Amino acid sequence: MTREITLSKAVNEAIAEEMRRDASVILLGEDVAEAGTPFKVLSGLVEEFGTDRVIDTPISEPGFMGIAVGAAMTGLRPVVDLMFGDFLYLVMDQLCNQAAKTHYMSGGKLTVPLVLRTNMGATRRSAAQHSQSLQALVAHIPGLKVAMPSSAYEAKGLLKTAIRDDNPVVIFEDKLMYQDKAPVPEEEYLVPFGKAHIKREGRDVTLVATSSMVQVAEEAAEALAGDGISAEVIDPRTIVPLDEQTILNSVRKTSRAIVIDEGHQSYGVTAEIAARIGEKAFYHLDAPVIRMGAMDVPVPFSPALEDLTVPNAAGVAENARRICRGELIHAA
Amino acid sequence: MSAAKNRHNTEDYLQMYRQMVRIRAFEDNANQLYLSARMPGLTHMYSGQEAVAVGICEALTDEDRITSTHRGHGHCVAKGADLKTMFCELLGKAEGYCRGKGGSMHIADQSHGNLGANAIVGGSMGIATGAALSAKRLGREFVTVCFFGDGATAQGLWYEVMNMAALWRLPVIYACENNGYSEYTRTEEIAAGSLIARAQAFGVEAFQVDGQDVLAVNELTQQLVGRCRKGEGPFFIELDTYRYHGHHVGDINRDYYRSRDEEAEWKKLRDPITNFGKWLIDQKIMSADELVAIDEEISADAQAAVQYALDAPYPDVNEVDMHVFSGVDHALEYTGGAHR
Repeated sequence: MTREITLSKAVNEAIAEEMRRDASVILLGEDVAEAGTPFKVLSGLVEEFGTDRVIDTPISEPGFMGIAVGAAMTGLRPVVDLMFGDFLYLVMDQLCNQAAKTHYMSGGKLTVPLVLRTNMGATRRSAAQHSQSLQALVAHIPGLKVAMPSSAYEAKGLLKTAIRDDNPVVIFEDKLMYQDKAPVPEEEYLVPFGKAHIKREGRDVTLVATSSMVQVAEEAAEALAGDGISAEVIDPRTIVPLDEQTILNSVRKTSRAIVIDEGHQSYGVTAEIAARIGEKAFYHLDAPVIRMGAMDVPVPFSPALEDLTVPNAAGVAENARRICRGELIHAA
Repeated sequence: MSAAKNRHNTEDYLQMYRQMVRIRAFEDNANQLYLSARMPGLTHMYSGQEAVAVGICEALTDEDRITSTHRGHGHCVAKGADLKTMFCELLGKAEGYCRGKGGSMHIADQSHGNLGANAIVGGSMGIATGAALSAKRLGREFVTVCFFGDGATAQGLWYEVMNMAALWRLPVIYACENNGYSEYTRTEEIAAGSLIARAQAFGVEAFQVDGQDVLAVNELTQQLVGRCRKGEGPFFIELDTYRYHGHHVGDINRDYYRSRDEEAEWKKLRDPITNFGKWLIDQKIMSADELVAIDEEISADAQAAVQYALDAPYPDVNEVDMHVFSGVDHALEYTGGAHR
């Protein structure tokens, strides 16, 4: 049986199911208990699991992140709620120097099975410190896995996989998608890491898109279909590990690729995926691989400015049309 | 030195003496390996602080956890590690505790409850507190001791996690080894007020103890560990101690921040091993000859361990991308990322 539920509900179900299944799973972060987070994603969990397992912390991000690392090393499986992705900067030492490296530095003797749930996404009029999409920052660090769900279905299945993983996993949920509904099975399922989803098949151009940008790519593909251009949309679902093979197979077929991600474009996720396509499918390409990330500016507050900074369907479609016509978008 | 409380505890006293001598022997050999350019990288010597690690760890069981620091060889020995495997780690050999991937600054015998030495000053304060959260949530009896130096009290992390430990009554002991120096700076220049007052401000019971007196350290720790097991934690201990070497082995010309006279005075008057040895003789627990025999036996063990490690093989090159992820044999195949 499949019903439609919101991404928020999907996250809540994933955590509840895993907490029922495994008593070592705990939840901690700011306002995760009675408040259920500002986005109300976790509402109801404290009522079922109690304050021993759904733990409200002080506003001390490095502190509770560090506590989660130590708890993970000694028998618990913490799911940490980081209220805004922008607060990643506050937890960088505990996440990148401690959690990510402990297994390696101990020669494989210690493990850190923890999940850091956080969010991303601009256009919520929240300005520069509550709007960033910082997945590239953590994807850069060996030892961290990084998941980017694009719908309620992925949000639930990836989170359950993350909680069962013996490594630190960072999950970015797009905060603008919490109320978006998608079909989600009633019965239990997992979404494996490192397995991309071909959202739409096509012949002429490959659109590799993450998280919220999958919707943008699908909308662009729809518009392109009207122009007789057949676009394939690929959602990697996890960027570490990355299902390179599915992306490369697609590009070998279409000969053109646009990579879309909401993080800043320079040195970003789009750059990494584009580079891999360039390195490994160069002789199959009929056009340069195009990156479309967020504009390299801090996210502005004014709606008139903020909307300019993120990729949109019209922009993706226009770039696709041009590369299909053989035009150079970034001429030397 | 405190009076002998339990004259029948000869074995415990001897174990403490031996463990302190083992640490000193390890460090003397490590220093020689550095000076003779046979050790890769640098290391931070624990010599002078032995009574802290030994006094505390002798009050712990193998189940109890510790977190250690960049100056962590002493904690590692005191928590039960063997010298051979430690020297292998120090030299980056495959048989090291971390398969040569950690080195001096991450050395730990994980099987004895050592959650790792940490090269970020104060970096393990969260880990120790998290281990205490595990003990409480899982209904386990283990206590966690978080070792850190006076320099680490300048890190904000401590105040965040101590706040949570106090709120949640976690079985953790924050053990601050105050050796007077934060790297190359006198701590009195960088620390305002009093350290124990900082812990007390969170409602954490705080103690000061002579960190050169192994019996005093051990007695206090035994009390606090017992109280932690009854749910009365957390606690803070400030241990007054001294590091004989510079910040690291290469910090040799250090007159600009510390005088040779000061170093000589601590070594002469407050050496934890010499003073405990004298006490053992005074109390007629051991004779001077017996202590010399112990010293010589440990010195020979340490030298044999060094030789073993020097002769031991390095890890195979294919180990370079192993242990990045648990459950993944080789990370590069898994991530498809960097190429050799």
